[in-house]
Parts: sequence; structure tokens; C-alpha cells
Amino acid sequence: MAGSTPASLSAEAPAAPAVVAVSPRKARSISPALETWRRFRRHVLAVTGAVVLSILVLAVLVGPYIWPVPINEIDFAAKLEGPSLAHPLGTDDLGQDLLARMMYGGRISLAVGLAAMLVALTVGVLVGAVAGMASGWLDATLMWLTDLFLALPTLPVLLLAMYLFRDSVKQVLGVEGGAFVLIVVVIGILRWMPVARLVRAQFLSLREKEFVEAARALGASKMRQVVQHILPNALGPVIVVGTIDVAAAILFESTLSFLGLGFPSDVPTWGSMLRDAKDYLDIAAHWALFPGAAIFLTVLAINFIGDGLRDAFDPRRVL
Amino acid sequence: MNRQYIIRRILIAIPSLLGISVILFGVLAMAPGDPFEELATNPAIPPEVRQALRAKFGLDDPVWQRYVHWLSAMVQGDWGFSFQSRMDVDMLILQRLPVTLIVIGASQILAISVAIPVGVLAAIRPYSIFDQIASTFAMIGFSLPTFFTGLVLILVFSIQLDWLPFVYRADVDATGWAFYWEHIKQSIMPVIVLGLAQAGALVRFMRSSVLDVIRLDYVTTARSKGIGERKVIVRHVVRNALIPIVTLVALQLPAVFGGAIVTEQIFRVPGIGSLLIAAILANDTPVVMGVTFVFACLVVLFNLIADILYGWLDPRISFR
Repeated sequence: MAGSTPASLSAEAPAAPAVVAVSPRKARSISPALETWRRFRRHVLAVTGAVVLSILVLAVLVGPYIWPVPINEIDFAAKLEGPSLAHPLGTDDLGQDLLARMMYGGRISLAVGLAAMLVALTVGVLVGAVAGMASGWLDATLMWLTDLFLALPTLPVLLLAMYLFRDSVKQVLGVEGGAFVLIVVVIGILRWMPVARLVRAQFLSLREKEFVEAARALGASKMRQVVQHILPNALGPVIVVGTIDVAAAILFESTLSFLGLGFPSDVPTWGSMLRDAKDYLDIAAHWALFPGAAIFLTVLAINFIGDGLRDAFDPRRVL
Repeated sequence: MNRQYIIRRILIAIPSLLGISVILFGVLAMAPGDPFEELATNPAIPPEVRQALRAKFGLDDPVWQRYVHWLSAMVQGDWGFSFQSRMDVDMLILQRLPVTLIVIGASQILAISVAIPVGVLAAIRPYSIFDQIASTFAMIGFSLPTFFTGLVLILVFSIQLDWLPFVYRADVDATGWAFYWEHIKQSIMPVIVLGLAQAGALVRFMRSSVLDVIRLDYVTTARSKGIGERKVIVRHVVRNALIPIVTLVALQLPAVFGGAIVTEQIFRVPGIGSLLIAAILANDTPVVMGVTFVFACLVVLFNLIADILYGWLDPRISFR
């Protein structure tokens, strides 16, 4: 369900030996990014996910210009219609065009996912880096805090925060902006823990490596060691977790909207469309199926990409 | 099993509970808004009465004092009064809790009994067709939002086929076997929705756990002694591979509770999840706080049980 980050799944089977036997390497050097891309390409499902996600992103970004139907044009003559030429995805109970609303909702979902991921990564990397560099009481305290947040039941706390802060944030930042900022910040605050643990573990091992020792011997300051030497090498797994976090954040946002506690009800998001549609399942199933399938496809595509990246970043795996 | 280990582990859980209570109270205290706000706009109540009420409930005290008051009230079982349901919050939650626990428990049993065989079969032949299909389906189950699966099941089994009821009713008017049959029938869909969401994640965990164990030396030894492959897998591999799963199931619980809230809401199961949503929509703060706290306590409790179980299953780690 929402928000479960699979714990270390990097422990895979001994790699299939037949695929890349010790083939004579070409002499030209390959940059790490290019090498990662080469390995990512071999993961069929991940590439499929990337293609599907790109199409979805393109559709919600460019789509509204090609299909410039307003999202709130009410037409009772055409209410609850199935897909047709005039309304490719049908209409809802007010006769509003579902395609236009889906594209609008997709923008919101993707924006929430990306922004919440950035919040979670920022907090997580910060906490993890500090804990990993400063051993002793600071490390212990930060890790205790991390464990504490891990024990929080995410959705109930998310609902509690939305319930308590909704109105006041709305007054400051406006209806839509307020909901956006609140959802992003709260999801970010409830999702940083896996990142922090991961970064700390990476830091603990990397800071003892020879190349960091060399930098230290040359007089690099602690900040420089972290920014120039340790962090870039710890980035791979962080990118993987960040990718999966986008999917988790999209799920959380949809769940909130589905429960009626996300964006205000006049803003069409995939989750709130599902909520409105659930009372019309018997006469207008398309209304629920399209946004539901959109959430599912997006999350699945992102999770497959995360899987592919995990394999691509793991240098022990031969691909 | 070392009794000291259990006691120490229980003592460690207390600071976690305190920390969680601080976080929850902090969220509540930071939130703007005043429980007596409505009185302020009510011309029939003079400001002095409002001030007296504020003083009586200690709203003007410093934050830490309010926290201590709140905590001691919670510990003593005084969880406040639900204005919506006209009863004490702890009684209300106690009424609703069994349904939630039964639904979650049944779905976990379903998830485990599907995920363990599939995960093991996928791991003993890695990269086979079965493994690829299982892994893909695990990913799909893991990416399906519970609210969407719930609606699709309702669409298929309640509306198209008309096999199962889609509203959970506590007052089934039947007796004997029919009574139980009705209850089972209305629980099938919520349990499947929750269980499948969990099974996806569990299959992935189980597969990698078996893969970790299967190449250990003692498995090779067992094979070289001439023990049959089936016996090696069931007796030697799976038993050890299951140990980390205990912890992972407990770690998944916050996500399970999230799924339970959504599922209860869709199927109108009268558990604490739907109680939470109803309380939020009705601005019933004592109930919201109470239910959130119960969920947090359940997470801590099950983590505790998992840790103790782990110490029992794997004697190498305990007693430290």
C-alpha cells in the first residue's frame, strides 16, 4: 500500500553468468552516468516504465494546449456520458469533460510527488549526513528520532495534520496553494526517515575509505570532504529511494484527496475524482476507472523505474 | 528465552511511546484555532465565561504543563468526550477496535499465506518464468492503491455479478450459520483488498530473504548429505528465511493501518479507521487524537512483539 519502501532488496541472486561473460572491454572510458544508463537499458520493465511515465508527463504538460476544454464547463445535457468523440474520456455528474480534468489532476499529482520527494530527500540527506559524520551522542539522538518517526502511523498523522492546519494555511497561502504546500510539507516530513538511515549507513562506510582519507590528509575541510567526496558516492541509492518516494507521495496525495482531506473539492485531482465517482459506480464506471488507472499506471511506472535504477546503481550486479 | 531481554525491550518501548505522544501533542498544540472559538462568536456567552472556561481547561498554561496534564489524563483513561457520538472517547474506540483488528488480522493471514509460497517458489528458481511473473505481479499489487482496488472489486463483485454486499453491516438479522455466513460474505472484499496490497510487498521480501539464505554453506551441507531438495527447502531454508520477515511485517504495519483506514472507509466497516475519518469531517478533536494515539500505540506494540519474537527465533541476537 501507500508509502511502503521495500527494504534492501539489493540482495539478489548470483547474477546470470551467461549474459555478460568477461567480454573484452573496449578501451574507451565510460562515464559513470553512461554506464548506469547502459545497465538501466537492460531492465525491460524499467524502460517500459520510463516510456509510460514520459508519455503521461508529456500528456499532462502539453495535453491542455491540444485539448483546450475548460475543466469546469458544466453541461447537464451531457452528464455521466461514457467516452465519445466530444468527450474522449466521458463526463462526470455535472457534464464536465473528464479528459481536461484528468490532465489538470495529473499536473497536481506529479507536482506533489516531485515536491514532496524533494522535501523528504533534503531533510533525510541532512539528518543522515550529520548523523553519519558526527558519531557519538548526536548520532544516537538523531537515529532515535528517526526510529521514532518510523513508528508513527503515517496516514493517521497525515490526516491529523491536514485536519488541524488546513484552515489556517488556507488563509495565508490561498485555497489551492495552501493545500499544495501543506500536503507537500507534511508528506515530506513523514517520509524522510528511510533516506536518513540510508545516507547515514553510506556515510559511515564511505568516510573510512581510502579516497576520503587521502582528501583528509591533503587538508580538505569536513565540509569539502562531504560535498566533494562522500556525498557524490552516496548518491546512487539515494536516487533510488527518491524515485520510489515520488510514487509514495503520489499515493498519499491521492489517498488524502480520496478521503476528502486533500485539495479542496472543486480542484480536480485523480484522488478526488475517484471519490466523487464512487457513488456512481453502477451507472458511470468510466468516471472511476480512468483516474484510478492513471494513479496506478503512474505509480507502477515509477516503481519499475526505481527497480531498474536500483539494479543499475548496484556495481556488484553484473548486467 | 531470557526474561531480562523481554523486560529491557519493554522498557525501551516506553520512551518511544512518550516521544510519539510529544509529537502528537506538539502537532495539536502548534495548530491554530481554539476549542472555544465558537463561544467567542456566540453573543449569548459573555467573554468572562469564556475566560473562565479557558482557565478551567488550562488553555493559558505553558505548553509543557498542558502536555503533562494531557498525558496524565490519557494514562488514566480519561480520553475526553465525543460530542459527535455523545459518549466517552475510550468507550467509543473500544467498541470499534475489535472490527479493525479482525479485518487487519485476517488480511495479514491472507497476505502471508499467499506471499510465502509464492516468494519461496520464485526464489528457488530465480529469473525463471514463474519468478518473472510473480515479481511483476508483486510490483503491481504493491503499486495498486487500496481505494482503487476496492472500487474495482465493488464494481465487479457487487454491481456486475451481485455476489457480495458492498456495505458492511454490523446488525445482520440472521441466526446460526446464516449469521456467520453473512459476516464472512461482507468481510471478503475488505480483507482481500488489504491482503493483496500487503502480499505484493511481502512476496518481494520473502524472495530476497530466501535468496540470501539459499547460498549459505549449511544449505550446501544439507544437500551434500543427500537430503531431498524439497526437505532442504522446507526444513532448512524457509525456516531461517522467515526470521527477517517477522521484523518486516511489523515495519509494514504503519502502511497497513493506512490501508485499513481507506478500506474501512470504502466498505463502511465500522472500525476505528472509519471512525477517524468521520471524526475529522465532524471536527471531533478528542476522537481524532484518541484514534491517532491508538494507531501509534498499536505500531509500537507490534514492533515490540516482533522484536521479542525475533529474539526467540534467532538466539544469536538477543541477550545484549
